Amino acid sequence: MRYEPAVQVTGLVKRYGARTAVDGLDLAVPRGSVTAVLGPNGAGKTTTVEICEGYRRADGGTVRVLGLDPVAQGGELRPRIGVMLQSGGVYPGAHAAEMLRHTATMYADPVDPGLLIERLGLQACGRTPYRRLSGGQQQRLALAMAVVGRPELVFLDEPTAGLDPQARHATWDLVRELRGDGVTVVLTTHFMDEAEQLADDVVIIDGGRAIAAGTPEELCRGGAENTLRFSGRPGLDVGSLLNALPQDSLAAELTPGNYRVEGRIDPQLLATVTSWCAQHGVMPDHLAVERRTLEDVFLELTGKELRA
Amino acid sequence: MSTATTDRAFARGAFTPRPGAAPLPRMIRAQALLETRMLLRNGEQLLLTVVIPALLLVLFSAVDIVDTGKGRSVDFLAPGILALAVLSTAFTGQAIATGFERRYGVLKRLGASPLPRWALMAAKTCSVLVTEALQVVLLTLIALALGWSPHGDPLAVVLLLLLGTAAFSGLGLLMAGTLKAEATLAAANLVFLLLLVGGGVIVPMDKFSGPVRAVLDLLPISALSGGLRDVLQHGAGMPWGDLGILAVWAVLGLAAAGRFFRWE
Repeated sequence: MRYEPAVQVTGLVKRYGARTAVDGLDLAVPRGSVTAVLGPNGAGKTTTVEICEGYRRADGGTVRVLGLDPVAQGGELRPRIGVMLQSGGVYPGAHAAEMLRHTATMYADPVDPGLLIERLGLQACGRTPYRRLSGGQQQRLALAMAVVGRPELVFLDEPTAGLDPQARHATWDLVRELRGDGVTVVLTTHFMDEAEQLADDVVIIDGGRAIAAGTPEELCRGGAENTLRFSGRPGLDVGSLLNALPQDSLAAELTPGNYRVEGRIDPQLLATVTSWCAQHGVMPDHLAVERRTLEDVFLELTGKELRA
Repeated sequence: MSTATTDRAFARGAFTPRPGAAPLPRMIRAQALLETRMLLRNGEQLLLTVVIPALLLVLFSAVDIVDTGKGRSVDFLAPGILALAVLSTAFTGQAIATGFERRYGVLKRLGASPLPRWALMAAKTCSVLVTEALQVVLLTLIALALGWSPHGDPLAVVLLLLLGTAAFSGLGLLMAGTLKAEATLAAANLVFLLLLVGGGVIVPMDKFSGPVRAVLDLLPISALSGGLRDVLQHGAGMPWGDLGILAVWAVLGLAAAGRFFRWE
């Protein structure tokens, strides 16, 4: 096993006319991992992924995919990667099974297309032409086409956009199995829960740059601390609670009877709060520890305003 | 809702990477077969490639609509209809199909597969040739049933059909690779109609006045229909002039398509 990353992007720049879509982006995808690329619309996710797939040339920086230049060595790279485009890619008149079998014939040692069809619930497509399949069926076919050739590395561009919950979970299970079998997966997504569920590493990109990277836990740990909330009698002595808490904690009555404690929420602090409540004859209701979610981190980093 | 999609896992190792491209001949054959199947499944394409040429052949042979000169009209019409078959498949059909493949990301997705670009084009060419072979067989049978008696050198006929295919393929791909799919659809059908009338397919070229005819004679469809007619109707030798015109169109069209074709 080589330790060189599956994808190594350094200082990537891509311009479309006057617009800079990618502006000095760095990305490293370890082999055998699942990496989620998160970002608002227009952040440069698809452009970055399509440069890695060899569809466009970079205007600056270096891109190595499985150690190869995706444009100059595309012929060598393509049999080793699987690609799921955001949409399309199938003859409008083709049947799902026909198209998957066809894709399988392009590879030396493909996965049995029949198994994939059954697994992804595509038997129901029968002889319906692709253009009349539902959006979810089209997505699942594109996913199957991306993995049928037993690639080392799979790029999935928004694999669960428009899927119902069952199909989403089927897709997630498949991604986990790919990872279990040693396939490297790079996926772009808008869904924070998807990144939290699937990804070993998350890269948040905005304005064409990687603005944060790490495991989901690392990203959620940094920045603002976590929060503990409870409700009880209105007008408790918050000052006395604060005295019982460690130095850097905060406590406040947000609305009458609703209390919030901020700080490093660990078992010790939880015990301190509950024993303080016991001393004061308070039954803490709705006691809840809130952790920062990836969504909080994402919105903190990329802003909450709507984008064009 | 069935949960069959989530509760059945693959055996561990089902996806263990074992990458590699299939042998090129297998890829090209599979691609050519798929493209041919797509074409034969498409109603409008079938209308264009089979129904219209066959209908024109039967109709104009049976009813004296256009004065086709001396001799039986089927002897005049059959070579023109063979030229029309090449036009319909290599140009109109290929342009429309490829235009929509480009629009729907089929070409883009194939670009990420192990199939090289040149092999995709080779497969498209094979698919066009297979379709043309089916057309020629069908139209020849119909023409023979109508009393057609062809003459001439089969080699000259094959050369004309191949060079005509190359010329029309280049022009069709140029259109598909540069215009929007809808524009290609409209333009390819319009060109088909204009060339049907002005290219010696069913209307003899001597119906046009001198200067107009001089221009029309340089069109690939006129060279193809004229060459086929010289050989099949009049038993002429190798039609070098017409072959030359087709070769020039083929070189220009394929070079321009190669230069300007956009895959997305």
